[in-house]
Amino acid sequence: MATQVLMPALSPTMEEGKLAKWVKAEGDEVRSGDVIAEIETDKATMEVEAVDEGKIGKILIPAGTEGVRVNTPIAIIVADGEEAGASLNRAGKTNGAHAPADAATGGGEAARASVDVRVKDAREDAAPAAWDAASEIPEGTELVQITMREALRDAMAEEMRRDDDVFVMGEEVAEYQGAYKITQGLLDEFGARRVVDTPITEAGFAGLGVGAAFAGLRPIVEFMTFNFAMQAIDHIINSAAKTHYMSGGQIDCPIVFRGPNGAAARVGAQHSQEYSAWYAHVPGLKVIAPSTAADAKGLLKAAIRDPNPVVFLENEILYGIAGPVPKGDDWLVPIGKAKIARPGKDVTIVSWSRGMVYALDAAKQLEAEGIDAEVIDLRTLRPLDIDTVLASVRKTNRIVTVEEAWPVCSVGSEIVAQVVAKAFDYLDAPPTKVSGEDVPMPYAANLEKLALPNADRVVEAVKAVCYKG
Amino acid sequence: MLDDLRNGTSPKGHPPELSRDEELHAYREMLLIRRFEEKAGQLYGMGQIGGFCHLYIGQEAVVVGMQMTVREGDQVITAYRDHGHMLVCGMDPKGVMAELTGRRGGYSRGKGGSMHMFSVEKNFYGGHGIVGAQVPLGTGLAFANKYRGNGNVSLTYYGDGAANQGQVYEAFNMAELWKLPVVYVVENNKYGMGTSINRASALTNLSQRGASFNIPGRQVDGMDVRAVKEAGEEAVAWARSGKGPYILEMLTYRYRGHSMSDPAKYRSKEEVDKMRHEHDPIEMVRQRLIASRRATEDDLKAVDKEIRAIVNEAADFAQTDPEPDVTELYTNVVR
Repeated sequence: MATQVLMPALSPTMEEGKLAKWVKAEGDEVRSGDVIAEIETDKATMEVEAVDEGKIGKILIPAGTEGVRVNTPIAIIVADGEEAGASLNRAGKTNGAHAPADAATGGGEAARASVDVRVKDAREDAAPAAWDAASEIPEGTELVQITMREALRDAMAEEMRRDDDVFVMGEEVAEYQGAYKITQGLLDEFGARRVVDTPITEAGFAGLGVGAAFAGLRPIVEFMTFNFAMQAIDHIINSAAKTHYMSGGQIDCPIVFRGPNGAAARVGAQHSQEYSAWYAHVPGLKVIAPSTAADAKGLLKAAIRDPNPVVFLENEILYGIAGPVPKGDDWLVPIGKAKIARPGKDVTIVSWSRGMVYALDAAKQLEAEGIDAEVIDLRTLRPLDIDTVLASVRKTNRIVTVEEAWPVCSVGSEIVAQVVAKAFDYLDAPPTKVSGEDVPMPYAANLEKLALPNADRVVEAVKAVCYKG
Repeated sequence: MLDDLRNGTSPKGHPPELSRDEELHAYREMLLIRRFEEKAGQLYGMGQIGGFCHLYIGQEAVVVGMQMTVREGDQVITAYRDHGHMLVCGMDPKGVMAELTGRRGGYSRGKGGSMHMFSVEKNFYGGHGIVGAQVPLGTGLAFANKYRGNGNVSLTYYGDGAANQGQVYEAFNMAELWKLPVVYVVENNKYGMGTSINRASALTNLSQRGASFNIPGRQVDGMDVRAVKEAGEEAVAWARSGKGPYILEMLTYRYRGHSMSDPAKYRSKEEVDKMRHEHDPIEMVRQRLIASRRATEDDLKAVDKEIRAIVNEAADFAQTDPEPDVTELYTNVVR
């Protein structure tokens, strides 16, 4: 019986990839486990294995094809004597996404390095990039369309070219080219002295980085995800954040801790936490959480040049989203300045990082219903640009905050508290928070969806504060 | 315990003699720490010093001997029993004492306290309050030395209590993996707060704790400044030559409690007295100086007098210097 071989997914968030190479040709005999093809995404490569014995009856997608959707039939394996063509006309068995979880490492780190990042709704609704360029970038600036992943890499590379004291360290940042490919190419350009693969030892290398910063170097410490920074949080807070104060200003700690923060997709509670409030709570730190490629680049460059410890919270789902970024190596975005991502007059929506995707999507839907929302992208969580928020609330008289984090003691809670204290008389409705649910992240697809905010919930919250619907 | 200490002396037998100048230097430095700490204890009793105050009395030979092995540019970092380390690094006793009393003339402008002082000028990187955290930090100082190729060595001190922290071994691993110029000096004073090393450590020979990383280690009589200096020279030369880290376990003893309010129920008075009377680091140098006629009682009295004057001046300053201006509350949070 003929079996369709389907384009596999490297992770739940992968939508499409490139069929890089056929290892087998039509007519070749294959056995279960034989590698028949190689596929590629912008993040990783993997081998496609046969799960049935037989012969490659037909190759449906030629080598070199880009943008092959997951689950598209790419070949047909037929039993001896069977014709390839017939199988397309009947419901043959399908060879589902059967591939090594992490072909590049041979497994083992699959849970840490869940792969690829593009999600349909995130990509299609990633309007943030469009207004970004218009609002802040001087007229006439040449723009290039790059992903946030490339923007982050370019920011590090440019700063490393500019200052020999800048180096990057972390798990898999060098030879593997980054668990999420953020450090791709850096080893080649800068060598092992400045692109340092560490053992899996977060407390140790975070502390080592802080010590190097005390000595005047400018480390960029990559956490594979911020979930693992929990092992190192003592050094981020007790050693990095407090020492400038405790030394009466003598010791500087110019270090950047960066990596993906928040929920990826289907990786369970220990790999899906959003830490904004944890770090935003701490005096002595600066905390940044960009939502666009341009902000990611400009803010990471500013963070690397900053003399203070900076926690730079990225988001896996946003890595693959492209946006216009000013060309050249002098694009800096000031730390501590929020941005009006969409001007409006009826209600203020405040968010950051991936929450901006929901916020802007909601604003679009609301526009169709006659509600003109002003959307503020905080970009920096500490110091918090509360003045921009307050000015907006004084105009719209309503506010909804949007975040993926847990609701208790969240950044949204802080914004609401400050708005109530400082703009109480301007409010026409109770400030409202849209957040993740107050539960550890569930694994099941339906439950995970329920645990996270979405644009519909933002729309609902906005209508409530506008007393509509 | 004295046998333990003697077993820990140089494998070559008696450590090499010090020159007259070295003996006198060691005597003076150790006495400065002793008198400084006694005064700090007094000021604590008077309510002038708040919070925690961990005295170094009894352990003086460790930092004094080690500091005799380093050169300009080498860094020192330790935990919270740090006053002695600062004094041997050449930090001003007035600035240290004024920090203990929380005054504006303190090294951290009164905002750090006993456990949190620094001097970039003197290459002293703290002063850290979290047990064991200074070990990765000191390894990072060594990383910076190697990155810059400046030939400097990081002396990273920790105690027998910290020796059981996981991050110490994370640092060991990277230090040996990358051949970082760091000397780990574990000051084994037998007690992590009130818990004796025998009740806390499965392997009490802390010099061997680097074995699984292939880091060499030596046990040293940390009460004998000669033994400390001799071992320190070997370890520092090892690290400076690019061979990577080295562990020195200094067998030492603190006479005072862990901090100021210490019930002292975990060890006998006899144990403390025996160490004090038979193996005191300062008394040993003093006796050698007199016996060898390198110094007279009068010479040493003159040193005592000079030290007392320095310490009294520090104490006076620390009590008369004003508290920080209230505007200091919000300075130095970020730069």
